[in-house]
Amino acid sequence: MMKRNLARRLLQALIVLVGVTLLIFVMLRIVPGNPIETMMGEHANAETVARMTAEMGLDQPLHIQFFRYISSAVRGDFGTSYSLGKPVSRLIGSAFVNTFILALFAAAFAWIAGISCGIISAVKKNRLPDRLFMGFSLLGISLPVFMAAMFLQYVFAYQLKWLPISGTDSWTGFILPAVALGWNSAGQVAQMTRTTLLETLQEDYIDTARAKGMGPFGVLVRHALRNAMLPVLTMMAIQFSGLLSGAVITETVFSINGVGRLMVQAISGRDIPLLQATSLLATTVVILGNLLADCLYSVLDPRIRKEG
Amino acid sequence: MNEKMLEVRGLTVCIPTEKGVIRPVNDVSLEIPAGSIVGIVGESGCGKSMTARAVMGLLRHPAKVTGGSVSLCGREITSLAEKEYRKLCGNEISIIFQEPMTSLNPVMRTGRQVEEAIRLHTACSREEAKAKTLEIFRKVEIPEPEGRYNCYPHQLSGGLRQRVMIAMAMVCRPKLLIADEPTTALDVTVEAQILKLLEKLRDEGTSVLVISHNLGVIAKLCDYVYVMYAGRIVEQAETETLFSRPAHPYTRGLFRSVTSLREGSETLETIPGVVPNLLRLPAGCSFSLRCGQCGENCRQKMPELIETEPGHKVRCFLTGKEGTE
Amino acid sequence: MLRTKKKQAEQITDLLLQSQIGEEETFRDLMRRMARENKTAVISFALIVIIILAAILAPLLTPYEENEMDLLHRLAAPSADHLLGTDEGGRDVLTRLLYGARVSLLIGVAPALLSLILGAVLGVAAGYKGGLADAVIMRIADVTLAFPSMLLAMVIMYALGGGILNVFLTLTLVNWANVARVVRAQTLKLKNCEFVEAARVIGVSRDRIMRRHILPNCLPTLLVLFTLNIPASILTESSLSFLGLGIQPPNASWGLMINTGRQYLYNAPWLCFAPGAAIMLIVLAFNFLGNGLLDVLDPRMKKQ
Repeated sequence: MMKRNLARRLLQALIVLVGVTLLIFVMLRIVPGNPIETMMGEHANAETVARMTAEMGLDQPLHIQFFRYISSAVRGDFGTSYSLGKPVSRLIGSAFVNTFILALFAAAFAWIAGISCGIISAVKKNRLPDRLFMGFSLLGISLPVFMAAMFLQYVFAYQLKWLPISGTDSWTGFILPAVALGWNSAGQVAQMTRTTLLETLQEDYIDTARAKGMGPFGVLVRHALRNAMLPVLTMMAIQFSGLLSGAVITETVFSINGVGRLMVQAISGRDIPLLQATSLLATTVVILGNLLADCLYSVLDPRIRKEG
Repeated sequence: MNEKMLEVRGLTVCIPTEKGVIRPVNDVSLEIPAGSIVGIVGESGCGKSMTARAVMGLLRHPAKVTGGSVSLCGREITSLAEKEYRKLCGNEISIIFQEPMTSLNPVMRTGRQVEEAIRLHTACSREEAKAKTLEIFRKVEIPEPEGRYNCYPHQLSGGLRQRVMIAMAMVCRPKLLIADEPTTALDVTVEAQILKLLEKLRDEGTSVLVISHNLGVIAKLCDYVYVMYAGRIVEQAETETLFSRPAHPYTRGLFRSVTSLREGSETLETIPGVVPNLLRLPAGCSFSLRCGQCGENCRQKMPELIETEPGHKVRCFLTGKEGTE
Repeated sequence: MLRTKKKQAEQITDLLLQSQIGEEETFRDLMRRMARENKTAVISFALIVIIILAAILAPLLTPYEENEMDLLHRLAAPSADHLLGTDEGGRDVLTRLLYGARVSLLIGVAPALLSLILGAVLGVAAGYKGGLADAVIMRIADVTLAFPSMLLAMVIMYALGGGILNVFLTLTLVNWANVARVVRAQTLKLKNCEFVEAARVIGVSRDRIMRRHILPNCLPTLLVLFTLNIPASILTESSLSFLGLGIQPPNASWGLMINTGRQYLYNAPWLCFAPGAAIMLIVLAFNFLGNGLLDVLDPRMKKQ
């Protein structure tokens, strides 16, 4: 039962992935004008442009270009960057590590801080810790990422000089960007944890647990949290999308050489291969994240497991 | 001489609300002798469930016990610290609730949930706990105990879930079992089985307090009955006495509405009016607004519980009047 | 309190049942109830009105012109003359903030409205017609939603080029899929309701049913979605402008102000923080209002 469902979801994910690739491909070629010309700028002369266009296969009809792209991509060749001259796969490879670490730190911050604050807020409802944590959550959700990033940079790097302003020479360089990036997600997680925990604590089986003679801590951890965390965990898996959106900005503000920043560079440099590859990477991550979220929910909630 | 398993004297529960303080349980006194089944009957909202929760110490904030005492086997428990109270719950007193569907943790296997009750009160290994669990499953007549042990609550039928609840409540062999509307959420056929099970438990030495709005259940099971209305006891008697000679107008109204069904009369007898809002209780007898025989005195003063015959007490000024209507 | 998208979606999908059952509370009653129970929503509403008024009345509120340069007083700190200081061209920040409000509000409202219409039409079509239409529309929506919002916006802006109109289009395309999904879910529920069946039996055409029976019942939901999509659009636009990919000078938007102000973050932090605070304020206000509406229209909460 479960395997059939998994197969169905994988198939759907695959369709979406193909659709995404197609969409990116088409959108980037709608732009009027020959990209080679734009790239070469003043140095363009008709002959060189024509030669390079033929070399890069840009004069072929769209569907042929698409198939050529897919067949190379499957082999790991994503073309050469127009603006930076190097093979795209190599550029992305080194950038990916930085983005991955950034996203990891941000997610860790979001989840650890978010869940703990949410639990404390629920347990100490309407008292000082609750109001304090919910205030921070609200701030995180309403501050645009670039504001959070610049604010943190200004206060902690520039004024207080506790942490580096930019760059990733040491792991400390990831702290501020991670907090800026994760603050939004942390806020969402904290609020959701608080809400679901409060709801769960009103359920009948909590009374049953107390009637058995269980103490408040046991009730919280062994009964309430197990149920309350379900929706929170699936929410966290869906947050990949938001993290990637935010990474673009955070990497720009903190000058981190990551996939997001590459994307921005690709756009200003009209660099189609780079833009294509980075977009593909980002969307694949999101699709995988959503797939994971679906599977996670079925695994964790035995009620759904039965129906797959 | 029956030893008193549970003795409640003048228990009062207060809930402060924005619009004032309400007393869902108001000066309630009751006794449960050892080896008997006692029932509390009344409409929804009359305070019977609250009484049970107050006895178990399961009141939800902001409800609080503000008066009276509860004694278990002669031992006063209302003044106990929380930690001590917890040692009693599930151990010497247990409670089962109305909705077995929502009263069991949906993401935990039923066997584990019962084991929890064991391991909270006795030091024993996982294997011992499991053995005890299977044993109690057999005792409450759950078929295929090993299979059910590994099931999740949603995989069991309503009747089986209620048996699991009973197993969980009985596994530490409590002296008193409180059953709050044990069969209300179950089919009639399953209801009969659960009632038989409760009787069996009583025969084996556990006292039972049954709370229900279903007169049939009360009649079948209980030795002694308390009738509650708007937070107070309005009548109490042995079952047979209560059913043959109900004295309080409310009790009589309740019985009339049931018998009119049975006799197939043209109209369904009801008690006019609705359960009073606890914030706006009438001065005097709480039932005065709905009582067909309400007198001037009734509207102004709250009657006391008076013994009209041995074992039969009524809270009404009009109990001098005889006769059924 | 702000909610996650999923919880919002759940509440939103419950709205329809209430509207279909035909509760007697009129819209005005609901608004009055919201005013009574949810002070934050009321304050937010008032704040939004104030911001709108300030934007419209900008020329009256400030003695300076939007692009009035004063190179002698560049990067001046906030003072009596310039309440929020001046930027790198000597322009009064408060003035640019007020004029930028026009752009930001427009950027918030117009795409939200457009994506609402697009999403609603496609959502109802997908939900009601089912079959191929449903599959195609939903797959396209999935593809759209597979992109992180910023990335999608960036790629579309790349394809279309810069300029305000293209920003509108981009934001519309980014937001429609969410609306479509929610509306489709509602349509599926409504489709099986008795009043729709009755209409079908009488012989009402499919189009008419969709237009006259299903869509109107989605209105409360659409209202909430609209109110919540506005801050999303504003945030996306300001992020785009921050990266230099959105609104281009000389038009001012708050995001663009932050972009240019970024170079001076250390010696003139007010250049970034003033528009940043403005964005935050308007986003909060719309979010609180939207959640207030959701609470008031949510049948589940009403039972309490």
